[in-house]
Amino acid sequence: MNSYSIVAEGLGRRFGETRALDGFDLRVADGSVCALLGPNGAGKTTAVRVLTTLARPDSGRALVAGFDVARQPAEVRRRIGLAGQEAAVDEILTGRENLEMWGRLHHLRAAAARRRAGELLERFGLSEAADRRVRHYSGGMRRRLDLAAAFLQAPRVLFLDEPTTGLDPRSRTEVWRTVRGLADAGSTVLMTTQYLFEADQLARQIAVIDGGRVIADDTPERLKSLIGGDHLDLVVRDPARLGDAVAVLTGVAQAEPVADADARRLTAPVRDRVGALTTVVRELERRGIEVEDVSLRRPTLDEVFLSLTAEAAA
Amino acid sequence: MSALAAPDAPPRWDERLRWTLSDASVIARTNLKHWVRNPAAVLNLTLYPIVMVVLFGYVLGSAMNVAGGGDYREFLMPGMFSQTMAMGVMTTMTVVSLQTARGVTDRYRSMPISRPGVVLGRAFADIVNSVLELLILLGCGLVAGWSWHRGIGDALAAVGLLLLLRFALIWVGIYLGLALTPEAASAAWLPLLPLTMLANTFVSPALLPGWLGAIAEWNPLSATVATCRMLFGNPGRQGDSWAAEHALTLAIGWPLLITLVFLPLSARRYRRLGG
Repeated sequence: MNSYSIVAEGLGRRFGETRALDGFDLRVADGSVCALLGPNGAGKTTAVRVLTTLARPDSGRALVAGFDVARQPAEVRRRIGLAGQEAAVDEILTGRENLEMWGRLHHLRAAAARRRAGELLERFGLSEAADRRVRHYSGGMRRRLDLAAAFLQAPRVLFLDEPTTGLDPRSRTEVWRTVRGLADAGSTVLMTTQYLFEADQLARQIAVIDGGRVIADDTPERLKSLIGGDHLDLVVRDPARLGDAVAVLTGVAQAEPVADADARRLTAPVRDRVGALTTVVRELERRGIEVEDVSLRRPTLDEVFLSLTAEAAA
Repeated sequence: MSALAAPDAPPRWDERLRWTLSDASVIARTNLKHWVRNPAAVLNLTLYPIVMVVLFGYVLGSAMNVAGGGDYREFLMPGMFSQTMAMGVMTTMTVVSLQTARGVTDRYRSMPISRPGVVLGRAFADIVNSVLELLILLGCGLVAGWSWHRGIGDALAAVGLLLLLRFALIWVGIYLGLALTPEAASAAWLPLLPLTMLANTFVSPALLPGWLGAIAEWNPLSATVATCRMLFGNPGRQGDSWAAEHALTLAIGWPLLITLVFLPLSARRYRRLGG
């Protein structure tokens, strides 16, 4: 058994003139969560469709759970779960009936399908709503039911295509908790997302996709460090002292501080996190500059993404 | 987790057959459950035939002539049976396009599910639905004074031909359902309805303008209607075109041809859905 649940090498897929995938490479280790991050039209969904045997690649090859998606699709299908962008739930059936139906279609016997449905309803927090028709479920509950259906055969590899698109913040948090639970249960998870924050929340590996290929693939921390160190933000109380504060910050900054006069805010990248913070606070106090806020932060993934895609375009 | 892990050896043929039947029955039962739980669909199914028999049999029928003579309602009912079977393509198409739009078809395709099983289940549910529709319509016909006059054997043969037509149209419905959005699928009655009427369903082609009559006589639906009229012993003079004279051959031939063309087409479409 290899140590990667997903291996994609040079995958290509065209639709007419559009290259939806163009030399797509990716490796996802067993039992890990990988976020495929990119804007609309970057090729995320096509990548998932090829890896789940729904679409054939024009070039390259991919192994999922050790089997070739183009040549052994039946073997792949026995080891994966898919939750697409639309919750593929049956509104007229109850939550329990939905899961029993998918269980039977996974060739469990009636009693086993019933038992499995009960387990999953419990695990996905749907026990109370189990016997209500899905028509009356909230968006978050539908998604969780859909994830439960994808998880039915306890798949080696789970594919989640934008699992939180269209959800309100509370439902999104519910789904995040669920996805973490799936990963803890031992499945390898490949999820796509447009939300940088979401990738950071769930995945230890983020593959940034643009133009049908992976342009960066690393841990969230390393991706962020790619575009420089931490940032020190401070907000001064008196706008008149902004100039003095710039002088203080310049002493520890790696680059010219950026000032936002309206917000009385200064931002500058710093190398030595705690050292810089201590120095700045001490200097401000010595010069009698009052501050409302001082904080250290990592660059946001938005900053990472913009800088990576700009680099790729250049 | 180990208890649920996929078995390592590929399934044998007898196991695959068992799965096909099991998948088909799960899908058919789910579809029938849908139908039973949807009051609008049940109402639609029972009211539609009654409304149509009243409208065509009594309202319009009072001004209708049957070429060659005979009671119009006797003439009408085989036409309505066939039209109902033909419009059944809408049911198949609507369900398939909705399932495709909602990602249900993709989930089927990403699962170790039996593909013939999916289709068999769909076909079985649609046929059951159509049998019920036909029974209600037969009842309405009997109330309206229609009957069969050539014995139960011929009457059952006519019902068989009607269901054969419906069976053939399942493949057209699956093909179109996979190709069309749900919006487009639900608008499909617009071209479909005139096609079912541009036949011998409601009017004898002999009474139509010449070129229109020729189209009506060659309409695949006309073959089923004409043969049903013959088997039920209902009135309605045949034209003298080749199509009209070989109605029985065509009533079997057209559905077989439609199946032969659309079964592989829909299977191919299913396999290559979205590339």
